[in-house]
Amino acid sequence: MSSESVTQELPARPAATEIVNDFSIQVATVNGSGSQTANLVLIRSLFQMGIPVSGKNLFPSNIAGLPTWYTIRANRHGYIGRKKEIDLLVAMNPETAREDALALDAGAAVVYDEPLKLNEVRSDLVFYPVPFDELVKPICPDAKLRRLVRNMIYDGVLSKLLGIEMAEMEKALTRQLGKKAKAVALNQAALAAGYAYAEQHLPKRDGLRVERMDKTRGKILIEANAAVAIGAMMAGVTVVTWYPITPSSTVCETLIDYMKKYRVDKASGKATFAIVQAEDELASIGMALGAGWAGARSMTATSGPGISLMSEFTGLAYYTEVPAVIVNVQRLGPSTGLPTRTAQGDILSTAVLSHGDTKHIMLIPSSAEECYELTMQAFDLAERFQTPVFVMTDLDLGMNTWMADSFRYPDKPFDRGKRLDAETLKTLGDWGRYLDVDGDGIAWRTVPGDGLPAYFNRGSGHNARGQYSERADDYTANVDRLAKKFETARQWVPAEVADDQPGADVAILAYGTTHWAAEEARDQLKSEAGLTTSYMRLRAYPFTEAVERFIDRYTRVYVVEQNRDAQMLSLLKLDLTPGQVGKLRSVVYYSGLPIDARTISDEILAQEREAK
Amino acid sequence: MTTPTPAAAPAAGKKVNRINLELATYRGGKTTLCAGCGHNAISERIVEAYFEMGVAPERVIKLSGIGCSSKSPAYFLGGSHGFNSVHGRMPAVATGAALANRHLMPIGVSGDGDTGAIGAGQFVHLMRRNIPLIYIVENNGCYGLTKGQLSPTADLGSKLKNGVVNDLPPMDLCALAIQLGATFVARSFSGDKKQLSALLKAAIAHKGTVLLDVISPCVTFNDHEGSTKSYAYVKDHDEALGEITFVPFFEDISVDYEEGSSTEVKMHDGSRVFLKKLDAKYNPQDKLAAITLLHETAARGEFATGLLYIEPDRPSFIDLLNVVDTPLSMLSEAQTRPGPEALEEIMERLR
Ligand SMILES: Cc1ncc(C[n+]2csc(CCOP(=O)(O)OP(=O)(O)O)c2C)c(N)n1
Ligand code: SF4
Repeated sequence: MSSESVTQELPARPAATEIVNDFSIQVATVNGSGSQTANLVLIRSLFQMGIPVSGKNLFPSNIAGLPTWYTIRANRHGYIGRKKEIDLLVAMNPETAREDALALDAGAAVVYDEPLKLNEVRSDLVFYPVPFDELVKPICPDAKLRRLVRNMIYDGVLSKLLGIEMAEMEKALTRQLGKKAKAVALNQAALAAGYAYAEQHLPKRDGLRVERMDKTRGKILIEANAAVAIGAMMAGVTVVTWYPITPSSTVCETLIDYMKKYRVDKASGKATFAIVQAEDELASIGMALGAGWAGARSMTATSGPGISLMSEFTGLAYYTEVPAVIVNVQRLGPSTGLPTRTAQGDILSTAVLSHGDTKHIMLIPSSAEECYELTMQAFDLAERFQTPVFVMTDLDLGMNTWMADSFRYPDKPFDRGKRLDAETLKTLGDWGRYLDVDGDGIAWRTVPGDGLPAYFNRGSGHNARGQYSERADDYTANVDRLAKKFETARQWVPAEVADDQPGADVAILAYGTTHWAAEEARDQLKSEAGLTTSYMRLRAYPFTEAVERFIDRYTRVYVVEQNRDAQMLSLLKLDLTPGQVGKLRSVVYYSGLPIDARTISDEILAQEREAK
Repeated sequence: MTTPTPAAAPAAGKKVNRINLELATYRGGKTTLCAGCGHNAISERIVEAYFEMGVAPERVIKLSGIGCSSKSPAYFLGGSHGFNSVHGRMPAVATGAALANRHLMPIGVSGDGDTGAIGAGQFVHLMRRNIPLIYIVENNGCYGLTKGQLSPTADLGSKLKNGVVNDLPPMDLCALAIQLGATFVARSFSGDKKQLSALLKAAIAHKGTVLLDVISPCVTFNDHEGSTKSYAYVKDHDEALGEITFVPFFEDISVDYEEGSSTEVKMHDGSRVFLKKLDAKYNPQDKLAAITLLHETAARGEFATGLLYIEPDRPSFIDLLNVVDTPLSMLSEAQTRPGPEALEEIMERLR
């Protein structure tokens, strides 16, 4: 990929072919240098021009000083997964500029800080040197602010080079900075300076161009952690407990903002919720369970290390049947791993979190819309099944900027599950906390303060009436009922989404953020290699029966995921016959960057060649 | 559900409390702890205290961690909901339940291992928050349930049955709690019926976190010579701060103390605690005095018992969170799901 033939004299592509609304821009800066505003203005102005976009922030686990890259992809077809190749680099970071330039494909464009002399590194790129320091001086007399304003200059340069309308940039800027008039004026001047410089000194020599489209009307731009927060609020969450950890912190931080605004009782001015920053994840899950047991809709959000700490309590909740929603925004482990990189690495450990025989419901959204919808549904399922329900997102989804449809207002009321009331008690006649009166494995529960019969919730052996028991038959009857309950859940979880293609022999199975790259890879396989594939996107564990039937229809099924050990494939194996298992192939990616389409299509083609 | 349910008509001649319930209503299952275990005596005092205070059992929730001590909530208040959780993590569960329903009256039972070792972190933060909760440590200086290992409250030099000597200094849970901000800190002895009863009743009237450290000998593993948590040792080294009397708000004050010989503390609900002093200078609302006393008595190898520290009016964590009066667990969909206009407003900002 990276050209090592630095010394070789290659002319920059003379008359570059035009590429409209289909490219990736990467901005390389230093963490903490305030490039965020410039990057958001850039992505927003493209979005406002109706062009499908996505923004991915590759940042270090550091507050300031280490390199960070922000990648914006504009794609007229609506592909919003990561694109492997960078078409335009904005090199602002002296530390990484050389390496960043070397990593580009020949012909890519580079806007760079002139003193970095990137044109000396290789000659097969299109170079646009910009003297940022010189340009910023006259517009920003305050030397302290220059570092921040400097970044807005590259937005101005790109506006000219790519044809991003200046009016949209200014609109995005005002939106980003709000009422801070001074800051707006300063940044506007920087935009203009960049534009003017490009106009006078940088004749266009690359083929990248944007053109107004109409593909973002009614859509939103959102980091999906905020979508989870909105879902939780609309689900009526009342007790939220958390402990800060990247990449999940912004779930609760955003939720706090929304709840303060929309969940304060008008008459009394009091909160219809309690949000507690706990001392650790042992406490945050404990509090969520205490609240869930007492009848509140409760949740916590965390990432891998927190999930590990929640393991013991999760088993207790499974065994004693206490509802709670646990959001797992996955990051790259094990241990601290790469805490600011993405992965789907907790699938297996979360599915069976805790000791003994346990299995948990997991909901797996792919998009911001689904983060909203499935988080809402998680609260219903947690109460319906009286058990912890995990919402499995990842850093890519949670912390990056996604284009999404506007969220629909829920059309179904809350499902509070089998909460006993006096009427039902009368009909049932006899009540025991763990009596399976309906044959679906789900018993009726009472909660403190409801005036109905009380019970003793205990993690030790208990019989159907919740009484202490060490009898073998009580134990097995109880855990068998829990297994039955899990079977019942198959009919309640969000079903897989399938796309069966006539004549296809090969299929792809993916889930979560892998979906975006998988969809694009299918198009690549079809248009470049003539390989038609069917597709199924998993949305929950347990799987519905549809998964088995889908696998039965194909010869080879590629399970694509972002972890080393093919975790979802392992989980599928538990449900499948040996014949079905024999059809499964694995495509994995685990570098910490979001998976890209090319990786998938290359790997599938390689395996297909072997299979034939 | 905040009003006590009227009791079924009591059998004629049986003593009932002010909400018409018999003492038997406050009992729980049959204990499975060792005969003579201090924990059993504490359960009995709890039964009496709730009975005498006329608390409706359905308002009480019982919480615990893991240990012999933590089993005991099954042996009192059978009509109340209970949650026997995981080792050392009862404070979190209690906090969550208290947040979910602010009208509940949580009582938690823990052991010295459950609190001082595995649960030290949660204990510390619970004390800081002032959640309405009566937190009882049934303190025997050893791990009962796992057969007698040393716990963090074992005294320096105290010896296990098998001869193992403790060479680490003990944690003083009361001193720690006072320092961390607990608003009611007391110590007692499982065998001191009168003092423990008065303290429990005062604890029920208190609105914040109560730490009640009750020395409770483990007759099986730690009631021998060489143990400072044995019956014999505590009887000889118990330095009561004074005689404590508790008068609930619904009773007439008939106790008659000599002026100057007693301190009166008014609880937020109007109840009163009287402390008949042995040491005329002791003031249970003086933090520094409490800490000093604990250090001095510990240095002499004695246990100061009684009401060590009280701050009756500090707002609880739930007050600070400014939570609605209706229990969060009982709020309806209409009260907790914002309308379509709210969602539209949020969407518009993101477009
Ligand atoms: C995570 C975990 N580790 C260890 C244990 C084993 N364990 C059960 S009870 C106990 C000690 C209990 O001692 P204490 O809290 O002093 O109560 P006591 O039995 O003395 O009343 C231990 C270590 C456990 N249940 N859970
Ligand atoms: S082992 Fe000790 S603490 Fe446990 S029940 Fe027996 S006497 Fe009590």
